[in-house]
Amino acid sequence: MTPPGPVGDRFRRFRERLAAEGDDRPQVSDDRPSATSGAAAMSGAEATSGGDHPTDRGTAASSRRGDLTARRSTEAGGRQGRRRRRRGGGGEELRVPEAEFTSYYGRPILKAPVWKWDIAAYLFTGGLAAGSSLLAAGGQLTGRPALRRAGRVTALAAVSASAVFLVKDLGRPTRFHHMLRVAKPTSPMSMGTWILTAYGPAAGVAAIAEAAGVLPRHGLLGLAGRALPPIGHAAGLLAAGTAPALATYTGVLLADTAVPSWHEAYPELPVIFAGSALASGAGVGLLAAPPAQAGPARRMAVAGAALELYGAHRVETRLGLLSEPYRLGRPGRLLRAGRLLTAGGVAGALLGRRSRVVGALSGTALLAASVLTRFGIFYGGVASARDPRYTVVPQRERVEARRTGMDLPSDRAVPPAV
Amino acid sequence: MLPDPNSLYGPLDPAPDAGYENAPPRMGFFTDTSVCIGCKACEVACKEWNGVPESGLDLLGMSYDNTGALTANSWRHVAFIEQPRPAGHRTPPFAGTPTDGSASAASAAAAAGTSERTGTDPGVPTGTPSAAARMAGGGPADVLGAIAADPTAAGRGGAGPQFLGMPGAQPPGRGTGVEERTDFRWLMMSDVCKHCTHAACLDVCPTGSLFRTEFGTVVVQEDICNGCGYCISACPYGVIDQRKDDGRAWKCTLCYDRLGAGMTPACAQACPTESIQYGPLDELRERAAARVATLHDRGVPEARLYGHDPNDGVGGDGAFFLLLDEPEVYGLPPDPVVTTRDLPKMWKRAGLAALAMAAATVAAFVGGSS
Repeated sequence: MTPPGPVGDRFRRFRERLAAEGDDRPQVSDDRPSATSGAAAMSGAEATSGGDHPTDRGTAASSRRGDLTARRSTEAGGRQGRRRRRRGGGGEELRVPEAEFTSYYGRPILKAPVWKWDIAAYLFTGGLAAGSSLLAAGGQLTGRPALRRAGRVTALAAVSASAVFLVKDLGRPTRFHHMLRVAKPTSPMSMGTWILTAYGPAAGVAAIAEAAGVLPRHGLLGLAGRALPPIGHAAGLLAAGTAPALATYTGVLLADTAVPSWHEAYPELPVIFAGSALASGAGVGLLAAPPAQAGPARRMAVAGAALELYGAHRVETRLGLLSEPYRLGRPGRLLRAGRLLTAGGVAGALLGRRSRVVGALSGTALLAASVLTRFGIFYGGVASARDPRYTVVPQRERVEARRTGMDLPSDRAVPPAV
Repeated sequence: MLPDPNSLYGPLDPAPDAGYENAPPRMGFFTDTSVCIGCKACEVACKEWNGVPESGLDLLGMSYDNTGALTANSWRHVAFIEQPRPAGHRTPPFAGTPTDGSASAASAAAAAGTSERTGTDPGVPTGTPSAAARMAGGGPADVLGAIAADPTAAGRGGAGPQFLGMPGAQPPGRGTGVEERTDFRWLMMSDVCKHCTHAACLDVCPTGSLFRTEFGTVVVQEDICNGCGYCISACPYGVIDQRKDDGRAWKCTLCYDRLGAGMTPACAQACPTESIQYGPLDELRERAAARVATLHDRGVPEARLYGHDPNDGVGGDGAFFLLLDEPEVYGLPPDPVVTTRDLPKMWKRAGLAALAMAAATVAAFVGGSS
């Protein structure tokens, strides 16, 4: 049957309300008010009652309250008192009212991605490899051996881990080489395979060349020791040349799906992933290099964090209903924690430029932030595919807009003439 | 040969675009749900012919639907929707003999929580109870409130909160007051892979396992598929699915083996009411338009076609439908768009991001000496 609720109006009002509240960031949680209490739930009174939820969801919510409250105490600051009054100390927060939509027994319309956590982990290791290779190439060209060595070794380790994650996630791991049958520009996974095929060996050779320093000076091994540095030089440049593609194609990989919150975020995902890769590469530099050599890593950290924070902010605010999965539940917590760690890492890198310890801590924070951001984006998309709301409501709005020839429908109560 | 400008989006004849010369006419399904009786002969015939594994024997409580969704082990899925509405605007068939709301909202809400071990991933995941309750025409708040607050409350109508996973045992209209009674109608629909003109699953497949046949259909080659799962995320209809035991993705082939021999696909062959019609797509589209006109004349104004339009988001479906309600009621997306429509823009954004990354690195290393 036709969903009778004026969804477009509701969301417009909701956005206006958000804008009016200024910096009072939308607060969110997993369990939502039901459709009929959706508008009223803005006042917060019904949201905690749990009376209109099935029991299991209610208990799940209360079992989560502990950590939500703990997190709140760290971030809420001056507004905390007001919220506690509004919410009665629970974890309930301001959120988008549930749009009325219809779905077959409430079941998902899309099939959620079958990719497991290892794909999210690959998003990180792939970016880490790319960032490290860029760092290594910079160190190589500007005479900073500590950055070069750390970057090359990390890149090899990260790209090896990537290969393991990718093959392990296949339904038929022994058929991984079937990826090499075709090269398809319409398949980001195929393109990524070829990018990895070009990048991986180059990064490997560059890392192996670092062994030149420990080889004996004479004999056959000595000959190898003399030949390795120039080979490593060339391989390092090749790896750095393909690294930006490796770091950003994963944005297209996620966006080129029917998963609503991934697809609609296609302008931002490559930006986030590029920034995250730069920041994690910079993290390696800060961890490994003495402060005297770590200047470029600090600047990379700033640039990476800027891209990452800008992109993440955009996906969390620009997409309307489809931003919601990035703010709710586990993805929301991951992304918020990632943002805090990114900010902390950059601040530490800039302020503690004399201290090796502060530098190392900042580097660790940046690496952890990159992991959290990747997992947050990954699971945000998965959540959007699991809930039919994110499939039906935006598409229904599109249909209604076409039908009425308007930007947004003003009255959806009238059933459409067929 | 230059690729068609519409090869990612827009009206297109897919077989010539895929490189076939002198391709036969594009074949497809027209599923007319107005004559579907929900016998599931199509599901059975499909399993028999294609050797599809069994998909569990659980009762889902979704009316008479115990298949739940299209999965790797169910390539046809008959949906059952019970609504408290008269069938069309003609004289209600039960005029003067009021009936129950056959599936109460509470029953639908409970059915949303059932699942089935289909042996596939993601298979048939559970749904949102409030959305399911809305589907049965009841207000979600009172329904779910009743479940949460008082699980022993007496059921109104057939299936009450004491959920047994099956439709009510009482004859319609008995055991309820007159004011509780409603009209009702039953919607049944045999769902299948849509064989899109612009098939996202095929576009994103990194192994070339999915391919376009000369009949314009989309088929998975089981000896190539390595189970990467990309097609599953890409399908805007949620059709293709992965078998857990063998790791590969499976879906309807539109009986490619039978088509090559000039035979009708098994489901269409088995359909006793010609709800599933097979033939050249052009002919089916004409037949479907005539059928909609007939139904409108006979007082079924809600009849509409779904997936027939070559100008829609996927360039038109090879398997399209005549529906009696909005698509999402049947679990179909209201306005699917092939994800690769935006792919050129995505690559552009990725290229810009890559350039920004390289530029940032250069700037970081030449920007100072510290």
